[in-house]
Amino acid sequence: MPEGIGGPSFVHLLSPKWQSVRSRATKKQTGAAGRAIVLGIVGIVFWGFVFTVLFRLLRYFRGIPEIGPLLAGKLLGLILVSFFGMLLLSNVIAALSTFFLAKDLDLLVSGPVDWLRLYLAKVTETCAYSSWMVVLMAIPMFLAYGVAYDGGFVFLFVVLSMFIPFLILPSVIGSALTLLLINIFPARRTKDILSVIAVLAGGGIVLLFRLMRPEQLARPEGFRSLIEFVSVLRAPTSPWLPSEWVQTGIMSWLREEPDALPLYLLWSTAAAFLVLGALLHRALYAKGFTKAQESGERWVRESAFSALFARMLSPLGIVRRELVLKEVRLFFRDTTQWSQLILLAVLVVVYIFNIKYLPLGGEGVTFFVANLIPFLNLVLAGFVLASIAARFIFPGVSLEGRTMWLLRSSPLAMRDLLWSKFWVGTLPLLFFALGLVVITGMLMHVSQFIMAVSILTITMMTFAIAGLAVGFGTLFPRFGTENAAQIPTSFGGLLFMMAAIVLIGAVITLEARPVFSYLAAESFGTPRDPGEMLLGFGLSAALCVAATIVPIRIAKTRLEMLEV
Amino acid sequence: MIQLKGLTKRYGTFTAVNSLDLSVPRGELFGFLGPNGAGKTTTLRMIAGILRPTAGTVHIGGVDVSADPMKAKAILGFIPDRPFIYDKLTGAEFLRFVAGIYSQNGKVIEHRGHELLTLFDLDQWRDELVESYSHGMRQKLIIASAFIHKPDVIVVDEPMVGLDPKAARILKDLFREYTRRGHTIMMSTHTLEVAETLCDRIGIIQGGTIRALGTMSELRAGSASGEDGLEQIFLKLTGENAAREFVDVLDA
Repeated sequence: MPEGIGGPSFVHLLSPKWQSVRSRATKKQTGAAGRAIVLGIVGIVFWGFVFTVLFRLLRYFRGIPEIGPLLAGKLLGLILVSFFGMLLLSNVIAALSTFFLAKDLDLLVSGPVDWLRLYLAKVTETCAYSSWMVVLMAIPMFLAYGVAYDGGFVFLFVVLSMFIPFLILPSVIGSALTLLLINIFPARRTKDILSVIAVLAGGGIVLLFRLMRPEQLARPEGFRSLIEFVSVLRAPTSPWLPSEWVQTGIMSWLREEPDALPLYLLWSTAAAFLVLGALLHRALYAKGFTKAQESGERWVRESAFSALFARMLSPLGIVRRELVLKEVRLFFRDTTQWSQLILLAVLVVVYIFNIKYLPLGGEGVTFFVANLIPFLNLVLAGFVLASIAARFIFPGVSLEGRTMWLLRSSPLAMRDLLWSKFWVGTLPLLFFALGLVVITGMLMHVSQFIMAVSILTITMMTFAIAGLAVGFGTLFPRFGTENAAQIPTSFGGLLFMMAAIVLIGAVITLEARPVFSYLAAESFGTPRDPGEMLLGFGLSAALCVAATIVPIRIAKTRLEMLEV
Repeated sequence: MIQLKGLTKRYGTFTAVNSLDLSVPRGELFGFLGPNGAGKTTTLRMIAGILRPTAGTVHIGGVDVSADPMKAKAILGFIPDRPFIYDKLTGAEFLRFVAGIYSQNGKVIEHRGHELLTLFDLDQWRDELVESYSHGMRQKLIIASAFIHKPDVIVVDEPMVGLDPKAARILKDLFREYTRRGHTIMMSTHTLEVAETLCDRIGIIQGGTIRALGTMSELRAGSASGEDGLEQIFLKLTGENAAREFVDVLDA
């Protein structure tokens, strides 16, 4: 035992993780430089965008006496509350893997590893997995606050000293919650329950946030008096939330009225929670780990509905029917998959809610404007479709990775496999897209022409986006990943989103001119040009057909050449 | 039934399989032996059409796997060494799915599936999701799936790993009976006793090339003493380093 009586050190326990990250980063792969450049550019553009928007807003706030700093603080508080919610949820999910399902646990639990060091190593791992994205988002945000309020170089250390305990707290709480849950339910059940809880909670936060209509804060005229407005701004969101402490601490520093209490609260609470978490771990981990090895039995009897569904698919032929049945079964039996539909429903409600409150019916809103905005609404609908395709269609081929031996050694045409992936994803997406466009169109009282354009365009875009998702998903597969939710965040997923955005932009640009001409003719009586309309919509349709077929063709060739 | 000509597979500068020539006739149970990393799995995966050869050809039932993969794979069943299958399907659904991709379904498949699951003691778990199966149960399910479409040729990579003694015995009897009926099986294994008692012919591969090939009596005749068992022949051909000075190693 080279590390002495206490067993391997905390750093030694974490060393395989660090070494894996380092070897992944230094591994020489073809196209690695290209990937790094693309990721770098996207990252800088994202950071630049967040920084610029926030910086301009904060400069504007800074110019408002009295209320300005309150508004800046309120905004920071809102962002930090969202961060805290996200961190808590992702820590609960991550802790399930790191503490109970990770492949290295058999080795660690069977070895002479001190319980406290194991706990600290796993909390650190959980914290790293859950927090990196929030940290990346927080960098431009804090930078904007620092620059806008002349925080100076020391501001960097102020932020670090506040943000580190802010990250530790949800990791400790999340790990403790998972530990308690796992002691009540078996691991597989807990995973299912957590997925649903996480999605419901995430959806709930988004919904609540939206229904509160935070944009009203930026419109003081909505309040009965200035005093009421200021009192709303001054009131802390919740004095018990760590996000409030970070907000108070940072804003007090930026207002040049440094206050050490928030810093003290953050660190002392984090330390106390870490001790309590460790004690809970000592009391419950061994029992929980044993329970986590149990797998809940899951019997599946074929229902009358699934038998009927299988019969309905008979015209597809044996191979395609079996492929479709397999896709549908795998989707609805995987809680991590179908539970995402709840989030999707929330997204739709928020989307429709936003459309409903668009001021399109007021005075001064002409027929032209009232129809142009619904046309531009197609861009937003396209983004929604692209993100759904990234989550549900893009991972399709990657998820076959571990069973590719079966598909490649059997007489299954890769065309059939891609066909099933495409249609099983596209048909529900199309129904969803049409529903979204028709409902929002009706809410905005669009003309028949715009409604027809919307339906036609969204149909074409759905096929094209699904084609791109299948294509990019095959060209950039993540065969090693079992969790479908991680696949869209890969480099290939990023490229797919970029391609989809370019496609949406190109389609709308091509159709913009004929739509503009039509609306101008309706509003101002300018002459109509059928040729222009034919050209615009024709090119747009040709682009969508190409974006549907070409990626799938390339994907087919790629799959046929694939070696697994 | 299986014909390999000049079969070669290179990964960059490393040659995993080097110009392999081999013919396995109809009705033969062929054993493929070799140390870890010798090229067994790569060869079997090329026969199954999962890997593409760098050079050479694979013919199954007279059909070139590269030229007409669909026709060749239609008469082939493959059993991999690692039992990765769809976790969210039940055992019965998985068998139905595999039969489906060989364009087979209906009552015959249902009946055959039931018989295969019963043979491997899986029938009581037929409606349970595969995610709750043990390693051995998954292996048995994959073996059952390779028989569901009654292929002419079965290619098996390490079939005995994870099987309990009863299942191993059933598998050996099943392989024997299947080849007696005119089907062909090519399997790799590290269980020399299985190869010695079960296989009609044995090929020993090392460094991507075949070092010895023949029936057990031919292999014995080729060895120095002429009376060696398969273990001695294997160790002589593949290097006896594995069995050398344990004392040095344990004292290190």
